[in-house]
Amino acid sequence: MEILHDKKLHFLEENANKIRELIIEMLLEAGSGHSAGSLGMADIFSAFYFHILSHDPKNPDWVDRDRLVLSNGHICPVRYAAMALAGYFPVEELMTLRKIGSRLQGHPYRLALPGLETTSGPLGSGLSQAIGIALAARLDQKKFRIYCVTSDGEHDEGNTWEAVMFAGKHKLSNLTEIIDRNNIQIDGFTEDVMPLEPLREKYEAFRWHVLEVDGHNIEEFVDAVNEARAIYEKPTAIIAHTIPGKGVSFMEQDFNWHGRSPNKEEAKRALDEIRTLGQRIKKEHE
Amino acid sequence: MLNQNLKLNSEFFSDEDERKSLRDGFGEGLVIAGEKNKNVIVLCADLEESTRVDDFARKFPERFFETGVAEQNMAAIAAGLGVSHKIPFISSFAVFSPGRNWEQIRTTIAYNKSNVKIAGHHAGVAVGEDGATHQALEDVALMRVMPNMTVLCPCDAIEAKKAALAAAEINGPVYIRLGKQPLRALTTEDTPFNVGRAEIFWEPKAGIAPQCAIIACGSLVGSAILAAKELEDEDIHVIVLNIHTIKPIDLKRIIEIVERTGAVVTVEEHQIAGGMGSAVAEVLAENYPVPIEFIGVDDVFGESGKGDELIEKYGMGVRNIKEAAKKVLKRKVN
Repeated sequence: MEILHDKKLHFLEENANKIRELIIEMLLEAGSGHSAGSLGMADIFSAFYFHILSHDPKNPDWVDRDRLVLSNGHICPVRYAAMALAGYFPVEELMTLRKIGSRLQGHPYRLALPGLETTSGPLGSGLSQAIGIALAARLDQKKFRIYCVTSDGEHDEGNTWEAVMFAGKHKLSNLTEIIDRNNIQIDGFTEDVMPLEPLREKYEAFRWHVLEVDGHNIEEFVDAVNEARAIYEKPTAIIAHTIPGKGVSFMEQDFNWHGRSPNKEEAKRALDEIRTLGQRIKKEHE
Repeated sequence: MLNQNLKLNSEFFSDEDERKSLRDGFGEGLVIAGEKNKNVIVLCADLEESTRVDDFARKFPERFFETGVAEQNMAAIAAGLGVSHKIPFISSFAVFSPGRNWEQIRTTIAYNKSNVKIAGHHAGVAVGEDGATHQALEDVALMRVMPNMTVLCPCDAIEAKKAALAAAEINGPVYIRLGKQPLRALTTEDTPFNVGRAEIFWEPKAGIAPQCAIIACGSLVGSAILAAKELEDEDIHVIVLNIHTIKPIDLKRIIEIVERTGAVVTVEEHQIAGGMGSAVAEVLAENYPVPIEFIGVDDVFGESGKGDELIEKYGMGVRNIKEAAKKVLKRKVN
């Protein structure tokens, strides 16, 4: 990974905002989909596709690419938007999301779209799949990294903890998990639905190296990913504290936006806010 | 008589002949597959010896992964390996895999077309003393409804070995169903085993027309042969078809023999609902409707007991197969 200069950081921040715009446009056009989690992860996906990952959008099957596994497949709009901007497919194709015949399935389908590493959506099994890819890489003595994005809510699933135990046992240091700690799930706040805290201590007890970052601070996130690369003998979990619905005031921190898409009027307000924010970010960088 | 062309075991009817469990054949097949291809990997969920993956584990420790009692994790890890040019086999009891981890298999293996082989052991009531919790009677139904899944159900240890080897060669998800009960060998090393091709194991002597087709799979193919032999003594002549591949089903061969017989008995150690018999019925209802009698478990759970006792109690004994053949002959439209 190259050094994160100020100029690059500014680009990643502006790019994250562009991703947010596309998410709103896609979800409006689709008429359904998950708004909050997608918006909340825009900064991290901007960082992944435009700075962290070693990848080639024109050659998505390149054997030595870093693998980005998305376990909580329902936030795929953020991934699709980042992939389109990175050049995996035309940006216009984003407007086919969730429509018949589209490569952009409502939840990611590996065989439909080059560049997806797994098929996901049903929660709790993405980390296991990432572990399988990490084991194969280790057996083949490959140097690429495996990143797995998970939600916090999917830690209710027993399968998640089976995977956490396994990765700890096998000291899978080529694996980094990013936990989107946005505190919401469909039925409410995670701590009301099923308390997850102390999450950090749980991972540590399962023999993981754990870092916590502000998921909207790209510099901090990139530093954490770099630290994870330097940790041998343990997998790393980066608990990324994010604001669900980030960038759209009436969606932020509201679990009702977990599984909803905006209507026309809401989308207009959302885009106005995101564009205003975009102008502000630009100004700060000047 | 046994089909001479298939080089079946001529000692099958001898009481002296040694019995061997399918899992032993499966374990031998895994070791050979591992020798042939370094991408073959085995995962097991705390049932290393019971599912006979211990030889593989000793021989290829770097390619063996113990997941602990965690079948969901095992399936999804295998899915990740399978999309990374590996050929993972996951091995557990069928009640747990594909029972407990069905959704992981559906999403991450079948839909995802990951190259994973699922070995479901201890299928059927003949698991015996462990009781109904450990007797998988629904696994064929669970697996055959999945797109992209090949479903194999070998009839003896030799066929189980060949099934393991064939699965490693197939590019895509495969389910292999294995019972626990030691069985007499029906086949030999030289008997052909081609995925998707059912074979006639028994047919009447030359010049005698068959009256009924017994279509059997897995642990009960042997019983179907014993029933055929006894029926012959009563001047009832049948064909026995061994359908080791339940999916893709050998439509051509099934229709061919049913055209000759006009009546069918299906025989399996599984729930009647959704199993191999149902698959055969689907094919025949659409292409060549004839009377069918189903031998299998009839919508109940099993219980503890000796394997042979349970097979009898739940209506899958040689006697039941013979009765079903006689019954279907009465229903036959001449």
